[in-house]
Order: sequence, then C-alpha cells, then structure tokens
Amino acid sequence: MSSSAPVKVYVPCDSAALAQGADEVAQALSEACSARGIAIELVRNGSRGLFWLEPLVEVETPQGRVAYGPVTAQDLPSLLDAGLLQGGEHRLGQGLTEQIPYLARQERLTFARMGVTAPLSLDDYEAHGGWAGLKAALAMKPGAIVQSVLDSGLRGRGGAAFPAGIKWRTVLQAESAQKYVVCNADEGDSGTYSDRMTLEGDPYMLIEGMAIAALAVGATRGYVYVRSEYPHACATLAEAIRLATAAAYIGDSVCGSAQAFHLEVRMGAGSYVCGEETAMLESLEGRRGVVRAKPPLPAISGLFGQPTVINNVITLASVPIILAKGADFYRDFGMGRSKGTLPFQLAGNVRQGGLVEKAFGLTLRELLFEFGGGTRSGRPIKAVQVGGPLGAYVPESQWDVPLDYEAYAAVGAVLGHGGIVVHDDTANLASLARYAMSFCAIESCGKCTPCRIGSTRGVEVIDRITGAPELREQQVQLLRELCDLMLHGSLCAMGGMTPYPVLSALDHYPQDFGLSAASSENEPALKV
Amino acid sequence: MDTAQASMPLSSSQMEQLNLLVDGHRQMPGGLLPLLHAVQERFGHVPPSAVPVMAQAMNLSCAEVHGVISFYSHFRTQALGRHLVQICQAEACRACGAEALMQSAERMLGCAAHETRADQAVSLEPVYCLGLCASSPALQLDAKLHGRVDEAQLRRLMAGLNLLNEEQA
Repeated sequence: MSSSAPVKVYVPCDSAALAQGADEVAQALSEACSARGIAIELVRNGSRGLFWLEPLVEVETPQGRVAYGPVTAQDLPSLLDAGLLQGGEHRLGQGLTEQIPYLARQERLTFARMGVTAPLSLDDYEAHGGWAGLKAALAMKPGAIVQSVLDSGLRGRGGAAFPAGIKWRTVLQAESAQKYVVCNADEGDSGTYSDRMTLEGDPYMLIEGMAIAALAVGATRGYVYVRSEYPHACATLAEAIRLATAAAYIGDSVCGSAQAFHLEVRMGAGSYVCGEETAMLESLEGRRGVVRAKPPLPAISGLFGQPTVINNVITLASVPIILAKGADFYRDFGMGRSKGTLPFQLAGNVRQGGLVEKAFGLTLRELLFEFGGGTRSGRPIKAVQVGGPLGAYVPESQWDVPLDYEAYAAVGAVLGHGGIVVHDDTANLASLARYAMSFCAIESCGKCTPCRIGSTRGVEVIDRITGAPELREQQVQLLRELCDLMLHGSLCAMGGMTPYPVLSALDHYPQDFGLSAASSENEPALKV
Repeated sequence: MDTAQASMPLSSSQMEQLNLLVDGHRQMPGGLLPLLHAVQERFGHVPPSAVPVMAQAMNLSCAEVHGVISFYSHFRTQALGRHLVQICQAEACRACGAEALMQSAERMLGCAAHETRADQAVSLEPVYCLGLCASSPALQLDAKLHGRVDEAQLRRLMAGLNLLNEEQA
C-alpha cells in the first residue's frame, strides 16, 4: 500500500450495528491503529443490512471493499495482524462485500447506497446518484411528475399498497394556498426496520423524495413523523434536513427554483396506532392519536385541514430513482400489479436476518432458506408472520405463493410493510394469537367499539379456548364471530386487521388451541 | 434528572425553565407534543403541576393536555429510576425468547415490569419494537441499544451498573 493516502475503513453507525458494539469497535480500531502508528480514515457508514454480520467492518482495497464480520473490539489485534488494512485473510473475512451472495443476489434500487455511503455526507450522496431525480423533476411540470409516479406503478409501501400517483394527483388538483407533504415514519410493526435504516443510513434519499412530492403537488411544507423509539433516526434525519437546507437543496428555494419547501421532524410518543394516517395527523396537530373517520380523504382535507400527501418512508424514498431512471425502468421490476421492488426484512428466529430488496414475485421459501438460511435456533420453522403484527401467520403450505400484493390477498394474507418474522417449532400459535389481541387492546385508540372492546373480549375468549376444554367448541365459534365483527366493523386497520394473525393461527395451527387438526378443516378460511 | 415528587409544586427555577420551553413552542403549529417532549427531556417526566401552565400557554384546557399526556405511553408523570431498562416484547423478539428475558430481568432486578424499584435505582419497562428485529431479543439500557441479548449478557449489563437485586448479587 502507498504510505501517502490513509486506508479507508468503514464501521457502520446504524442502530443495529451499535447494538452489537460498533462504537466500541470503531474506538478500538482507532486506538489500535494509532498505537501501531498507522493512519486510517475511519468512515461511519450506514448498514448493508446483513445484520448477523454486524458490526461489519469494511476496508477499501484496489479490488473493492473487503468485509469482515461480526467483529468485536477483541478481534482487532488479530485482524490487524492478519493484514486487515490490505484486505488480508482472517476467520472473520467475508471477501469482497459486493460478492457476498446475500447482497449479490438482491435487486437494490431504493437501497443501492445503503451501507455504501456515510449517511450525512452530501458529497457521498451526490457521487452515488443523489439528487438526480430531483433535478429531473425540476425540469418537469407538476402534472408530468405525478404522471411519472403513476406510470411507475408505485404503491404505498407502508402496508395499504394504494397507488402513490393517485394520491398525488388528488392533492395536485385540490385548490389551496397551503398544501403539505407528510412522511409516515412511525414504523411500529415488529419485524420491520427498513424505514429506520433509511432514516439512519440514507436520509437524503427521503428528503429528495419529499422534495419531489412537494414540487409535484405544490406543497411548501413537510413533516416527517418519526417514532420516539428511534432516537438515532430522529437525530440523523434532523441533521440531514439542516445540512440539506444549508446547501439550498430545500428551504426557501428548492435548488434555486421558485418553490419553497420547509421540512421538519416531529417525534411520536410511543403510540402504535399513530402509524394510521389520520391518527398521525391528529398527533401532528398536537392531540391524542385518535383515528379520524374518512371521508374527507387527507388528500383533500389532511393536516390542519389542508390537502396533504401522506406516504410511508419507503414510498417516498422510491421516488428519486423513478424520476432519475424513468417510470419504465422501475415498472419493469415486479409482477402483476405489484411493480418495482420491496425491501423485505427478515427478522425473528432466522439465521441470517437482514434486509433483502427484491422485485415482487419471489417466494417466502426463497427468502427463508436461500437468504435466511433457516432458523437461528436450528429447529424447523413452524410459522412465519408476514406484514407485521396485523399480518397473517403463513404456514408452510403457502410458502411458494409469490410475494405479490394480490397473490397474498388471495390466501388471506398481506405483505404489509415487508416485515417477515420467523418462529420455530417451539412457538405456540394460540399464545401468539392471544398476544395479537392483547397488543390491539393496549394500542387501540378507543374510537370504535369493535377494536376497543373486541380486543379485550378476544383475549378472554382465547383464554377460555385454551383453559377450558369443555367450552372450547363454543368459544371457537365465538372467536370467529368476534373476528368477523372486528374485520368488518372497525374504523381502521388496527381493529380491522388484528383478526388476520388470530384467524390464521386458528385456521392453520388448530392443535395449539387444543383442537384436532381435522376439526378445523371444515371451518372457513379467513375471508376478507 | 429531577427526582422531585410528581405532585409537588415546581420551584421558581423550574418554573422559569418551564416558561422558557413554553415560550419556544407557543407559536409552533401542533406544538403540544414537541413541548411535552421538551418538558420531559428537561425534567425527566411531565410534572402534573406543569399541566396548567402548558394548557394556558397553548390555549387548551387542562383536560385536553392531560388527555394527550395519558394517551401516549412515552410520556410519564412520575420520575423514573436512575436507570431505565426497556426490553422489547414484540413478535420478532418473542420469537427469540423475549418473554423469558423479561422474567429474568424481573428476578435479577427485583422489580416487576412497568415498575420502579423502591430504592429508585431502576425502572423496568416493556417496549414494543426498537427496530432491531433481526438482532432479537433486543433491549435498551438508558440510551444504549443491545441486540441478541441472552441471560448471561443481561446479568453482566445489570451487574455493571450495580443493579442486581441483593439476593442475586
């Protein structure tokens, strides 16, 4: 190696890397190198999303970046002895990062920069394709930007999968002196972390997407509603907004154009239901996060009663590449009416948990085994909850269904925000169904009765099913009727989708409720 | 952190600090949540005696402010222990033993979930998702995150802060 330029070494600053000791590794690395009289350039990058390898230390070599992981502070002397700074061989060596199969087999469009760049470096962002979408949008009329998003087929990545372009068109056509763009970063679903990674690892991508939305609909103010459980994400995003404003990408003028776009972070306060868009608006306005009845649609009368675009982090973060590379480029990924890619998040009892961005259409089985490598415990997989706490438990008989919004709906399941939680054969699905009801009881906003009361009654009914065999058959019937009521009578998805995990558990794992396998076969499957 | 009893009136210096925070948020659209965050950050909790001050400044009733505080689990009206242990109890962590980890923590600390130990040393709370779902079970100890926590690591963390219950120590 040349003695002139210090070697670049990357140690991630993503929360999940910090939780495995990345700060300690970074500090030990600096100390060990200075003790040995070696100059390095330490870069705190985002995470590649290969969480079983975190902290994943990367070293820049003439052949590309070489990865080591999971690294602890105690490993550093032996790593340096083995020639870490030249990409030398070591038992923790993973080879060239880009060639790690888990990463190489992905289709990273939205997450292309993730872990590659330093999250707050404007130079890094621009050097890796940043702002290209915004620059393209600045040369277009608002209607053309909206058309491009419509043509891309982009649907809401928060879970509801509503076409983003239709929301944007409604807001564009609404007459108002003040319009807003609101980003829903209240990522409360267990098993999901793609929003958190984006906020912490590539925040300018979200800012760019929101600025494009603002140009498209004529909004001059934006808010990002981030949950309070994500303090690192809040801090990184706030700093990114400050830097992007200082560099005049947003603020009084978007890149020197006539349009202003002022962006602000607002922190949630531990309420799951505030991920529902109208509850989030209430919370942003300073009130209890109680769901609003629709209509009016937020696109017509949203934040402070004004026309408002509300999209999830990943939806808005997918917009820059659509504008930069064209709607056709994005639409060519995916299948059926599910266009583009989804950042799937493998979580729970899985050996290789992490972020897998792929075009729609792959199967759960591919994700679980080819990427995930089976369970971390080494035991057989029993159930997989797809789509967060309100998603169904998917049994093995459905693992070959393509991951596509419509194909999942057809089997009574949802893709939601792309979270995939793996449970091994020690899991008890009756207990997980009870948990789903109790979570709903804790988090219900209280506005509608099916959710507020139904969830508490649901816990009691499941307790009777598992605790009182003589009542079982009658109580199972009652649980089904209760779920039917919640499904059809709740005001929002909180109460309306809690039956998904409950009924899928009951339908596919009747033994866990003390029922014989045969007794459930005649029961109707989950009907929506 | 302010350890004053929740029901006690604010001292004059606390009132001065509160007024500064209130002034900073009075004009902010939808400013009540940001104000509550600022107050909780400053005082460690939202003192009930601060409610009338905030209500008047934000042109709200005390009931409305109380309603907001009580809706959100993040806001608390009583001081916490000197350390806060939050253990995730959501699905991805349950799949890797989060329930047993919580029970271990209760035993090690001699403190039930949702409670603060009598000596005010520690509070133990469940949390529903820290976004570390590929590194489960996860917990947050004060400001620091920890992933893939097992009982032995939990014991080391608690011992490191002298938090182990006497019988356990």
